Formats: sequence, C-alpha cells, structure tokens
Amino acid sequence: MSSMLKFIIKRVLWVIPVIICVSILIFTIMYLTPGDPVLQIVGTNSTPEQLAAVRSELGLDQPYLIQLKNYLINTFIRFDFGTSWMTNQSVLAQIQARLPYTLLIGLLSVLVAIAVGIPLGIMAATNQYNWKDSLAIFLSLFCVSMPQFWFALILVVVFAVQLGVLPAVGIRTWTGYVLPVISTAVGAIANIARQTRSSMLEVISQDYITTARAKGQKERNVIYRHALRNALNPIITIVGGIVAGVLGGTMVTEQIFSIPGIGSYLLTAVSARDYPVIRGSVLVISVMFCICMLLVDILYVIVNPRMASELR
Amino acid sequence: MIEMNKTNNNSKKSRFQIVWRRLKKNKMAMLGLYVIILMIIISALAPYLAPYDYDRQDYNAVLAGPCQEHKLGTDEFGRDILSRLLYGAKYSFEFGIVAVAVGAAIGLFLGSIAGFFGGRIDNIIMRFLDIYQSVPMMVMAIALTASMGSGMRSAVIAIGISTMPIYARLIRGSLLEIRGMEYIEAATAINASKMRILLRHMIPNAISPVIVTLTMSVGLNVLAGASLSFVGLGAQQPLPEWGAMLSAGRGFMRDYPRLVIFPGILIMILVLAFNMFGDGLRDALDPRQN
Repeated sequence: MSSMLKFIIKRVLWVIPVIICVSILIFTIMYLTPGDPVLQIVGTNSTPEQLAAVRSELGLDQPYLIQLKNYLINTFIRFDFGTSWMTNQSVLAQIQARLPYTLLIGLLSVLVAIAVGIPLGIMAATNQYNWKDSLAIFLSLFCVSMPQFWFALILVVVFAVQLGVLPAVGIRTWTGYVLPVISTAVGAIANIARQTRSSMLEVISQDYITTARAKGQKERNVIYRHALRNALNPIITIVGGIVAGVLGGTMVTEQIFSIPGIGSYLLTAVSARDYPVIRGSVLVISVMFCICMLLVDILYVIVNPRMASELR
Repeated sequence: MIEMNKTNNNSKKSRFQIVWRRLKKNKMAMLGLYVIILMIIISALAPYLAPYDYDRQDYNAVLAGPCQEHKLGTDEFGRDILSRLLYGAKYSFEFGIVAVAVGAAIGLFLGSIAGFFGGRIDNIIMRFLDIYQSVPMMVMAIALTASMGSGMRSAVIAIGISTMPIYARLIRGSLLEIRGMEYIEAATAINASKMRILLRHMIPNAISPVIVTLTMSVGLNVLAGASLSFVGLGAQQPLPEWGAMLSAGRGFMRDYPRLVIFPGILIMILVLAFNMFGDGLRDALDPRQN
C-alpha cells in the first residue's frame, strides 16, 4: 500500500476518536457549569419538589459517568441529540434543517476568500515595493483588524438601507447570501493575501524561477505554474485556521442577517442555557471543522507526496 | 563571577537595544506603538477626560446629534457617546491583555511541559490539544461563556482558555528545537538541574516568537471580546464596552449610523495598532524572516 494511502486511511480513522473526545469535552464543560439549568426551565418560583421532578425526568440527578454514558450512547449509537429544553423540538431535526444554510455560507466564504485572497497576494508579491503592493498590504492589514460584525453592519447600511440593492435580512433568494458571504470572508481574504504574499516572495527569489524566466517562459506561466505551485504549502496550512475563523464568523453573521443556521441556533440556546442544543450544535460544528481539516491534510499530501511518509 | 554577571547584563541590554533600534526604524510599528500608548493613557485618564459619566442619562437629549454639550451626540438613553467611548477603551484592553495573560499562563505551562519532557507526556498533551482545537476558537469561547454565564469576566476567561493551544503549540515547537542544541547538552553535562535548564536556558531562547504572538493575540482577543459582547455574551449594559455599544446601537443604525460607526472605528484602530506593532516586533526580533 502506498504511503499516501496509508496516511489518508490513518487520518480518516483518527477523526472518530477526536469526535468522541470532543463530545466528552463539551459534555464535561456543561456538566461542570455552576448554577442549576433546571431553574431556567421551570422558573425561580417553582417548589423544590417540582425542581426535583424535572431534574429526575431529564436524568440530571444521576452521577456524571452515568449521564455521560447515556449521552454517548444516545448521540453515537441512536443518533439522538435529545430534545430542546426550551422548545421541546428534536435537536437533530432542527440541526438538519439549519445545517444547509451554515454550510453554504461557510463554503462560499472560504471559496471567495481563496479566489480573492490568492490573486491579491500574488499581485502584491509580483509588484513588491510599488503602489500595488502597498495598497494590498494596507488593505489586508485593514481587513484583518476590522471587526467582522461591524463590517457586516456597514454593508447593511450602504447596500440595503442607502442603495436598497440587496436585502438587509433573510435569504429568500440568492441575493440574500451576498452580504453575509462578503462579511464572513473579508478577514479570511486578508489572511490568505498576507500569507500568499510572503510565501510568493520567498519562492520568487529562488534560482529555479530565474531559470524558468531564462528559458523564455511567459511571465504568467512562471508565476502560476512554477512559483505559485511551490508557494502553496504554507497557504494550504493556514486554510485550517481560515475554516475555523469562517465557522466562528458564521455564528455572528447568522445573527446579524437573521439566517436560520446552526450559529443562530447555538447563540439562542446559550442565552437560555439549553444544554442539548448547545451540545448538539457544538458537536456538529466540530464535525464540520474536522472534515475540513481532514480534506486540508489530504490536499497537503497530494500537493507534497513526500510529506505522506514524514507525517505518517 | 561579578565580571560574568556584568557581561551578562551588558549582552542583555545590547540585545534589547538592538531590537529597539530595529523597531524604531519601522515607521508602521512605531505608529502602532504610539497609538497603543495613547489608548492606554485614554483608558487610564477616562474619568478625567470624559465630559460626563458613562452611564449618566440625559432624557432631554435622547439620540441628539453632535452639538456643543455632546461632541459626538448621545445614544438612545441620552448618554454622551464621547464619554462612553473614552471609558470603553479600558474594557477593550481588559479583553486583549487579561485574556492573553490567562491563555498564555495555561498554554505556556502545558507547552513547556510537552516540549521539555517530550516522549509520552508530549504525546498526551498534544493529543489533548488536537481534540481541544477540533472545536473552532470562537465556538469554544461561546460554549465556555455558556457554562460560566454571560458577562465581562466570563468572556475574558473564556477567550483566554479557548486561545490557550496557540501558545502551547508555539512554545512546545521552539523548545523541541532547542532541546537538541549543544548548549543544552553542555548544561546537562555540568549537571544543571532540569528546572534550571528549562527556566535559564531553554525558555529565554524560545521566547522571541512567543512575544510576537502575544502581541498579535492582544488584537485578536480585542476582536473576539467585542464579538462576544456584540452577541450579548460579553460586557452587559450599561458597561460602555465598544462591542456592546455597537450591539446596542444596531437597532438605531438606519437613522443614527454614528452609533455603530464610532465604536467600530475605535476597535479597528486599536486592533490595527497591535497588528502593526506585532508585525514590526517580529521583523525586529528575527530579521531573517524579513
């Protein structure tokens, strides 16, 4: 079996224990929470008997290990995330209904970030020290430092309130995705552009680039086929961080644009201390993140086959 | 011995001076540093600089525009926006600096143990960090805030704990590299204790990248804190934290966009200053990366 295939199989199998451990971690954090979540459900005016009855009904009166065992069996064997303590709706059904929105915004944001960030970084590196470079550096530094939710609000004021060309909230048509995706992607664009610039600058000064130019290759070929291919490694490495940032960013974006995704579901549950919803949402976001990281790692070894044997 | 100490002090001083001299040449970094110092002064002197208390309500001037009494206008409760912005600097620094301190204390401790001992201990700590980092930082911060309850203190601790792996991985990587160096071998050969080797020889040599990351993290934590306040999990009303001000002003932004524009610009300036200073510091500490 080739070392690359072995690496990929090992990497895929590694996701399973990670996901189980993440769910234990989240369960434990929620379990150790000070205060009584039952009070939030039944209200502060309830009698001790009522509190005890609800606690027993939800299984919260059992020891930690029993609760954890039940949670793991329900989640991973029965695929049952429980029901929301606030709305009594199935958490899994809600997540299934909301997942496509979060996935679509996240995916589009990462794609936009790559499609804009890499050319911007290349433009800066190939025009080092002239105005295009300075503009790209300034723009990326500006975007990295800008609060994403603030940028989203400014976009709403300009494009929805003043110009009236895009909707301020909701995603009834494709136009509803434009502002959420731009505002989620802006920080990622800046990060990718900065990384692309610095790795391209490192590669451009190498001898094989001079050789490629000396052979009379077109400049476009030199940049995209010789330089960019070799500068890709550090860019792929930061994509993991970009995905994490985008997934975190979608939480806020969904709230601003009233998008019924997992982020807004999680934030509503946090305020109400609705543990089954918090645990389910965090777990699903983590699974999405792990799958993205898995794809990034596989892409990494495809681009650098030598790495497979080293990483293994 | 005294001679050796003198030489040691001189070399320490000259290293600092070299870095400072390089830093001074970098105009962007110095501009960042000046902005940070200015913001620190503002946050310390806010009670003297602000024309009003941050929670003083003037019902005769609700949502008033900029005027003689209120230079930047007032909010929906008639509170002076300029005063709230001046007081708010303190909370952004709290998010930035205290959260970095919490994260760095835990992360550097775990990373140092992993990097110094290596082997099985390193493996266990790194696998734990792998699992920990499978939850995106912002989602972990939200989950932790959920468990501790909304509020400024919970949010600061949550951001600190959720960013801990960054520092742990960084110091571990540096220490693993240094472990194989000849001077560590020499220290081991003269029977220096493990603790002495770690504290006197390894950590001082591994600290440069950590300082840069700490500086950059302050900016990132200010942003994360503002985001948590914006979604209602960080600073609560009437605290004039800039993220919370933005969140409160959101409902009025159609007619009074200044309620969201001013706090946003200040957050951006502060984060930009830390990023510019961090970039400059990285170049000054390690000119090879330039």
